[in-house]
Amino acid sequence: MKLSNAFFNSGEWLKGDGPHHQIVISSRVRLARNLKNRSFPGWAKKAERLQILEEIKPRVEALPDMQDAFSEYLQDLSALEKQVLVERHLISREHAAKSIGSAVIMNRKQTLSIMINEEDHLRMQAIRSGLQLKNVFKMIDKVDSALESKLDFAFHPKLGYLTACPSNVGTGMRASAMVHLPALVLSEQINQIVQAVNKIGLAVRGLYGEGTEAMGNLFQVSNQITLGEREDEMISRLNKVIEQVIEHEQNARKMLLNKRPATLLDQIGRGYGILTHAYSMTSKEALNLLSFMKLGIDLELFPNDCQVAIDELFMETQPAHLQKGTQQKLAAEERDSLRAEIIREKLKSFPKPDITKVEGAGGSTADQKNDE
Amino acid sequence: MVCDVCKTNQATVFLTQIVDGKMQKVNLCETCSKEKGVTDPTGFALADLLLGLGAAQEIEKSGTLQKCPACGFSQADFKKTGRLGCPLCYDTFSEGLNSLLKAMHKGTTHAGKIPARLMESLQYDAEMKTLQGELQKAVVEENYESAAELRDRIKHLEKKSETNP
Repeated sequence: MKLSNAFFNSGEWLKGDGPHHQIVISSRVRLARNLKNRSFPGWAKKAERLQILEEIKPRVEALPDMQDAFSEYLQDLSALEKQVLVERHLISREHAAKSIGSAVIMNRKQTLSIMINEEDHLRMQAIRSGLQLKNVFKMIDKVDSALESKLDFAFHPKLGYLTACPSNVGTGMRASAMVHLPALVLSEQINQIVQAVNKIGLAVRGLYGEGTEAMGNLFQVSNQITLGEREDEMISRLNKVIEQVIEHEQNARKMLLNKRPATLLDQIGRGYGILTHAYSMTSKEALNLLSFMKLGIDLELFPNDCQVAIDELFMETQPAHLQKGTQQKLAAEERDSLRAEIIREKLKSFPKPDITKVEGAGGSTADQKNDE
Repeated sequence: MVCDVCKTNQATVFLTQIVDGKMQKVNLCETCSKEKGVTDPTGFALADLLLGLGAAQEIEKSGTLQKCPACGFSQADFKKTGRLGCPLCYDTFSEGLNSLLKAMHKGTTHAGKIPARLMESLQYDAEMKTLQGELQKAVVEENYESAAELRDRIKHLEKKSETNP
């Protein structure tokens, strides 16, 4: 099955119907594995990398979960196709930079994706909508168990699974959840939350992982430590933390509704106004405004059935997704005007925010003066 | 407290830095802190120092193994990339890596999943050891009846592992 066909149906995790999907966009777990007695991809010569690739690829394709999968060598993908996969979190930015000697295999539902010769010989990930880290771990653990009966993985009796970077050694597992926290950002509590989460050995990062900016009030929370803690312990610890973050976000939303309704309505109203009337828009601006539309839906300022349109726009306004419909590569200004056009079109029949939901007891939407 | 770098002088400079949200501590003596450029906060990253300490310097001190015999990777390569060359590098550079892993993780012993194949061989080794111990005891006690039985069980176990490697 050719990959280009995959671009027309978005992945399962984008459909947004998992547990706690209002705040948790997706749950993801990846495992890093390497073959015994082989150099890691970054150190291996090209011939060895190709050997490793041909040893692993047929075995991944033969997995029951990978029947009718998309399987491509990286050199056969265009820059645009790679970028679409990055935007869908199906390959890493590092993997997108690879060419000969690397491959990606993913199932039809786009819930499982396996990178060959990224930083490690195997990077296997499962991704699902909402908060369901345990299920996602089970999915990828099953793939790992099936592969280890066919491939001899590098495993050290004391250090566990060996990886190119010492920061992944042990379980080789990185579990993460992408969370949407507009109220914590708006009420300026986000830094406290990030610091608290950091203190207990978890990392908070931007939309596309390490070193990326937090746009659209989207954050990734993940484990840092891979050595010395069991996979299930780590997952349940992360799960507990995410549940607490959800609670804080919900409280922040309630607080804003009660005490600062004008601030809240202003953000949502501006989001609505600009998105429905702009003629040029960067992807960063789109993400930030869409974030407040999403919040508006969660707060029932817009009808519930508007959610799909907003969720779709989150992905469709990303640079590569935007260009996948057009035949040639677009300049930045052309992209921005196309983006604005797509958004206006999609939101054409979108109703105005229903502010009766926000009005305080006295019928006023003004912020309270004495905040604390 | 002695200096983490030279391990001889008394440490007088105590550094704590948060890198990627992780707290790292290093204790240095006057000389080493100057040498490492610690006094210049802009050009100094504790992570680099830890990497340098953990991998390069300690390996240098242990001296004998400069390159991984399996893949030819050296500590200089590690300093450059922060990645290792092959699985065997973990044994080659174990001394230096140990302190690095300690700083990065919770302990230095894997607690998670073990490949099923390895699990079986671990179980096989354990079972074999028990049986052989019992056999020896039976022989010493001149309990030949149970010795014969144990010998059969050992043979059976060996056969099982041969047909099902």
